[in-house]
Amino acid sequence: MTERKAVDIMSDGYKWGFHDEAEYLFKTEKGLSRAVVEEIAGIKEEPQWMRDFRLHALELFEKKPMPAWGPDLSDIRFDDMYYYARASDRAERDWKDVPDYIRRTFDRLGIPEAEQKFLAGVGAQYDSEVVYHNLREELSKQGVIFVDTDTAVREYPDLVRRYMGTIVPSGDNKFAALNSAVWSGGSFVYVPEGVRVEIPLQAYFRINAENIGQFERTLIIAEPGSFVHYIEGCTAPIYTTNSLHAAVVEVIVKKGARVRYSTVQNWSTNVFNLVTKRSAVYEDGVVEWVDGNLGSRTTMKYPGIYLMGRGAHGEVLSLSFAGRGQHQDTGAKAIHAAPYTSSVITAKSISKDGGRASYRGLVKAARGAKGVKSSVRCDALLMDDDSRSDTYPTMDIEEQSALIAHEATVSKVGEEQLFYLQSRGIEQQEATKMIVNGFVEPVVKELPMEYAVELNRLIELQLEGAVG
Amino acid sequence: MPEDQPLFVIDDLHVSVEGKEIVKGLNLTARRGEIHAVMGPNASGKSTLAHALMGHPRYEVTKGKVLLKGENILRLKPDERARRGLFLAFQYPRAIPGVSMVNFLRSALRSVRDEDVPVREFRAMLRETMDLLKLDDEFVRRYVNDGFSGGEMKRAEVLQMGILKPEMAVLDETDSGLDIDALRTVAEGISALADGTRSFLIITHYQRILNYVRPHFVHILFDGRIIKSGGPDLAHELEAEGYEGIIAAAQGAR
Repeated sequence: MTERKAVDIMSDGYKWGFHDEAEYLFKTEKGLSRAVVEEIAGIKEEPQWMRDFRLHALELFEKKPMPAWGPDLSDIRFDDMYYYARASDRAERDWKDVPDYIRRTFDRLGIPEAEQKFLAGVGAQYDSEVVYHNLREELSKQGVIFVDTDTAVREYPDLVRRYMGTIVPSGDNKFAALNSAVWSGGSFVYVPEGVRVEIPLQAYFRINAENIGQFERTLIIAEPGSFVHYIEGCTAPIYTTNSLHAAVVEVIVKKGARVRYSTVQNWSTNVFNLVTKRSAVYEDGVVEWVDGNLGSRTTMKYPGIYLMGRGAHGEVLSLSFAGRGQHQDTGAKAIHAAPYTSSVITAKSISKDGGRASYRGLVKAARGAKGVKSSVRCDALLMDDDSRSDTYPTMDIEEQSALIAHEATVSKVGEEQLFYLQSRGIEQQEATKMIVNGFVEPVVKELPMEYAVELNRLIELQLEGAVG
Repeated sequence: MPEDQPLFVIDDLHVSVEGKEIVKGLNLTARRGEIHAVMGPNASGKSTLAHALMGHPRYEVTKGKVLLKGENILRLKPDERARRGLFLAFQYPRAIPGVSMVNFLRSALRSVRDEDVPVREFRAMLRETMDLLKLDDEFVRRYVNDGFSGGEMKRAEVLQMGILKPEMAVLDETDSGLDIDALRTVAEGISALADGTRSFLIITHYQRILNYVRPHFVHILFDGRIIKSGGPDLAHELEAEGYEGIIAAAQGAR
């Protein structure tokens, strides 16, 4: 297969038939029912309160309509999916079933084969397990908890029970309800008062087949004055045989604490990626979301910031890349519910080969929230005439003193920019890469080095064959 | 290459933009080491000439040849022309947000040389050229032309020329919008490269840059053609008589 062909396939969501021939240790029956939810809770030996939480969510899921706005979700077949499958202790499926384009991307990203297998969900990675245990030991000396959420339910039930569902209630939307009913895995992070975790916590250190589950649930609690940087996923492709990813992420930032949550996800192109991410930020707290979305067939993701305490601040920096057959519907929400709160939203999107990117955002300043400041900036880059970009900003301002700025730009990778770079000897394809890399630079520079390098390489890979 | 082969030949060049002919049969020959000034009033075809020489896709060459070291470059892409030693200093260079000047310069140099340039060598070269143009370190860390003043853009163009060291440099109104100090700095940048092996085509509306960079030949461009050529004195004549006088005289002589 030529390079060009690999990339063509990569940007096409429909050509690949994904098999599901894996051997699982446990697997619930197809479709969603009370029995399936009970079975999940049973397999996990969960306490009654979690069982009830799930069952209540299931009721809400059944009542909730599909979103009537945004991307087309009519191809989602809820009855045709498995909601819980635990892999056997060995390889979950065969490495040879992983599509070439995914393997090629791993190779081009320079990811070692052991890690590739782990990331593709076909292997366990023992070296990383050691790393993770060491990390965990060091953290626990400071009182930091960093485990998968299933473990958290067993070992720290009081904390989970107290916070889970408080920021994203089960009834928030259909997919939050679904996640609440069938969730599995995800990360649980607890940082005690005044503790600053200097190294970023990375989800991939945690060896758990469910880690890259399709319904993971993440809960981060930062006590007053603490700091943590959590990094979820990475830029490598996330290969899955399932077609629906519906995660819920809740972040609680208490007085004077700061949480940075970075994720760059690159799903295989058959996936509906429908994620609810939200943070509540109290007095003088700071939350920062750095969110990159590549791959998937359809993504709906709008990290939310609820500024609940005076002087709280939140930022969202998001990047999405929509290729052929893909719709990236992303954005951010900033709800200013307290005085002198501020938010900065920067959303960048790239569309190519007929891909579609939309920004959907909400800025709300509640009555009585004096001195609110918010600035929203959306930049869209179109690689060709077939691609599309839309902006749907909503402003709901109930307070006179609010200062709200919104700026949106759409630019094409311009003939003039290309000509300028070419006039310096740079070939068209490299020139295009330079322009795109420059465009995503604000996101890249916020990521730790190894992620930044990987993201740049991945974008280059996605661009190859896009010009010519 | 034979000794007597000119470095750069423009032979009966016709250029159209959106179907309208702007350059209408232009001839010019530059030998190695020569500095040519092409002067013309507004709308005489100066920028069209510059863009067409570099191969901008919207400028359609309908007739004629452009030979660089004997090779007709008109079928080559802009980057291929650059790699053969042609350079265009733009009148209105484009901003490339997110791409630092230093990374851009390094990529350009690698492309033109077709090999990686050792960091040490690149740094030294950069230092030298920046000093000449009175640019500080901060300048090359900025994004390419992003938020540059007019003067900074022109210096950036000359900086690129100084790094890439083209054999044939076309400067499209590099003197426009510069104050007297910036003009002198830019002119010094050009003079530093004029070592007898390179040639320059300085396209300009005013003669004032020619007080600093003395051309060997001056050509007056009007309505897409060179209507008069001469030595450096022609620029002074132009200064005294203005375009109208020269044009009227040239047309009267026909």
